[in-house]
Amino acid sequence: MRIGVDVGGTNTDAALMDDERVLSSVKTPTTKDIGSGIIKAIRLVLDKSGVAASEIANIMLGTTQFTNALIERRRLNKVGIIRLALPATDSLPPLVDWPAPLVAEIGKHIHLVKGGYEFDGREISALDQRAVTAAARDFRRRGIGAVAVSSVFSPINSSMEKIAENIVRNEIPDVQITLSSDIGRLGLIERENAAIMNAALADLSTHVVGSFRAALQSLNLQVPFHISQNDGTLMSADYAEKYPVLTFASGPTNSMRGAAFLSGLEDAIVVDIGGTTSDIGVLQHGFPRESSVPTDIGSVRTNFRMPDILAIGLGGGSRVRTGDGLTIGPDSVGYQLTDEALVFGGDKLTATDIAVAAGIIDIGEPSGVSHLDARTVTEAMEQIHMAIEEAIDRMKTSITDVPVILVGGGSILVSGELQGVSELHRPGRASEANAIGAAIAQIGGEVDRVFSYRALGRDGVLEAARDEAVKKVVEAGGDPDRVKIIDIEELPLAYGPGDTVRLRVKAVSDLIYQDATGRITQDCVRNSPGTVSNED
Amino acid sequence: MKIDISMLADFARGAALLGTGGGGDPYIGRLIVQQEILEGRAVDIIELQGLDDDAFVFSAACMGAPMVMTEKLPSIRALQVAMKEMEGLCGRKADAIIPLEVGGINSTLPLALAARTGLPVVNADGMGRAFPEIQMVTFSIYGCSIAPIVVTDEHGHIITIKVASNKQGEDFARSIVDDMGGQAQISCYPMTGRQVKDTAVPDTLSLAYELGCGISAAHEEKRDPFSEIFAILKHAQPPRFGKILFDGKVIDIRREIKRGFNTGQVTLTGMGDTDGSFRITFQNENLVAFHNDQPVAIVPDLITVMDRETAEPITSEGLKYGQRVKVAGISVPDIMTSAAALETFGPRAFGLEQKYQSIETLSISTT
Repeated sequence: MRIGVDVGGTNTDAALMDDERVLSSVKTPTTKDIGSGIIKAIRLVLDKSGVAASEIANIMLGTTQFTNALIERRRLNKVGIIRLALPATDSLPPLVDWPAPLVAEIGKHIHLVKGGYEFDGREISALDQRAVTAAARDFRRRGIGAVAVSSVFSPINSSMEKIAENIVRNEIPDVQITLSSDIGRLGLIERENAAIMNAALADLSTHVVGSFRAALQSLNLQVPFHISQNDGTLMSADYAEKYPVLTFASGPTNSMRGAAFLSGLEDAIVVDIGGTTSDIGVLQHGFPRESSVPTDIGSVRTNFRMPDILAIGLGGGSRVRTGDGLTIGPDSVGYQLTDEALVFGGDKLTATDIAVAAGIIDIGEPSGVSHLDARTVTEAMEQIHMAIEEAIDRMKTSITDVPVILVGGGSILVSGELQGVSELHRPGRASEANAIGAAIAQIGGEVDRVFSYRALGRDGVLEAARDEAVKKVVEAGGDPDRVKIIDIEELPLAYGPGDTVRLRVKAVSDLIYQDATGRITQDCVRNSPGTVSNED
Repeated sequence: MKIDISMLADFARGAALLGTGGGGDPYIGRLIVQQEILEGRAVDIIELQGLDDDAFVFSAACMGAPMVMTEKLPSIRALQVAMKEMEGLCGRKADAIIPLEVGGINSTLPLALAARTGLPVVNADGMGRAFPEIQMVTFSIYGCSIAPIVVTDEHGHIITIKVASNKQGEDFARSIVDDMGGQAQISCYPMTGRQVKDTAVPDTLSLAYELGCGISAAHEEKRDPFSEIFAILKHAQPPRFGKILFDGKVIDIRREIKRGFNTGQVTLTGMGDTDGSFRITFQNENLVAFHNDQPVAIVPDLITVMDRETAEPITSEGLKYGQRVKVAGISVPDIMTSAAALETFGPRAFGLEQKYQSIETLSISTT
């Protein structure tokens, strides 16, 4: 059996699963120390199902802590940046196009040194090791403990980045260092941005993943635990601690995968209504549709694989203002809903108050909203529905009506039918879809490099790349018998010498679940309806 | 017109639209100009007719694989070296820069060089769009010599090519670019103001900017960006014909390398009110489009694939399975469809069987 946990900005959810069955799921407030909220959620979910902690074989965690830290610009490290590239790339120094307040947080400690590769593997310049040493000493003098290293075409050859890493480690023994070749795709600026963001999250990552570990230890859960990443696959906790940037956008992905699982639908639009925003995304074959345009995180450009999500400022805590034209959101009382909303004795009118006044939910103290006039309530309910309908329409790919799955704590706001929707699904446990999505996530492995077809031929190269992707999946804990290649992308290099291509291959597999006795079980994860128990 | 930082995003988006699938990553180009303007100055765009007849004008560009440019970024320093060398070879100081092409990164790099050197950029170009080879410009078609071509890299290497044939110049430069790591900076086409006025495609930089602004404004005001694009084209000088050729989804992409180019074909299937199948053949840039096997637009007319909702232009390297897109077709000025022009960058120059027929003509015969 396994437990999926989702640590959001407002709530920490947990779901306990046995194979394809959800035995129980719970929602608790996120705590400032993170750990005690996780402990509470896991205890509750175990108590509720009567399952002993010793029966749990795996824990999967999803978290938005790192995304939020970057967006809110809090708890970030100062970062030392070394780019191995001169005399190339001096047209655009690192941190170009970053928002100034974010640069102010991480500082502008940049060293460009000689190094880097051409697309065919030749050196642009020999690596200037002395300049790397000087950079490291400069960082040490400034008390900088997190460093990002990038190099031209490092996805083709990462040797120079690795040599630089050793030099920096010699100078700053306890340094936290990120190499761009370990996380990013081709595209120097985007890959370097990801490396810098990752380095900026180093201390927070130690804290957050450390809290996860400590929480599990205090529950006596000595089992492997994984953390979900942007494309819906899992990574080991150790890996996630080193590369927190890979958790970006895992929240919406988990909720969409969870929605697919709970509803049994593989192709649908998912509307995830939270406290502050609603995320609308499209499921294709049970996975989120990917964004086709480069994605900005906290206004920084990256080239990560990300779900195509439309976020609108509507949630259970959205402020409702009457008077000169009725407005809803985009601001929200957020996690203070239970203090500030009218039905909880507060003085702020929220979307939740409207839903209570309309009689579609029964929470808090209805007398708090008895003074609202019927017209305001009707108008507000109409606006809520119209906002969601419009968002669905924008994500749709054709004029025909589509099935919609409604999940998230704020999904109670939707009372009636929605225009443009063929069937509206409200699966049981919809408000814990995130945690369930984390619990069913798969393991993935990706290869993204420039290859030449000259020596091995196209088939030979494709096979080698496939094998490498499969090897990565298996190394990460995937079941070797269930590996599937989900994406092969060939991009010939224009004007390059013949037969040079950029090849990207992504493989996924189910995680091998180990039960408490160490026996390996084939816990296959499919979206089969009817196996989900809907008792609450 | 002066181009400042606030205008760059719109300019780059419009240039990507006119890039008709080629021309490289517009984002890198925009960032480089932004950086140069931050450290240098805003860029003066001067009108074609405002050029002195005896002014000295030349082209500056980055040559190579668009993907390489996203790693080994174009070097403005090397572009400046190429310009100084050109001035030395011609024995006089340059008065203005003219872009080779308005599409993609080579419309923004001349602006970066201008921001660094203080030279103005002429509101015109040699392609009216993007093409894969440097002899495919109206300058060449109407009698200007490409030579000397100066090719430079980030190490300070300078190679000068003197040739009688402009096509031969392209071929030599191309092999040097490969040796330099798949990406290099060039200066070429030293011309007089008179020559530029007689041969350039006019008003294309301002058109790129207006198109970009139109798309942004449509977003902000929640209007249809495509109607906005066609309205701007209709009022351009000279007016351009434009229409949506197809509305659909990418269902197949085949790519192949032929003679060092990124060639291939993308197939779409209809969505919404659009029926049937649609395919586009490309060689870096989109060359010809067929709706149910009938040609609906042929090079040099523009075929641009854009995101179906946002009208964000998609390069041929950026095409992916499953993308929802609209394909726009846009006509070109007469200077680009003369017999001599079609000889250089018409369908035959790309080995296509179809004869050139204007998008207006094809549009009447297919509806």
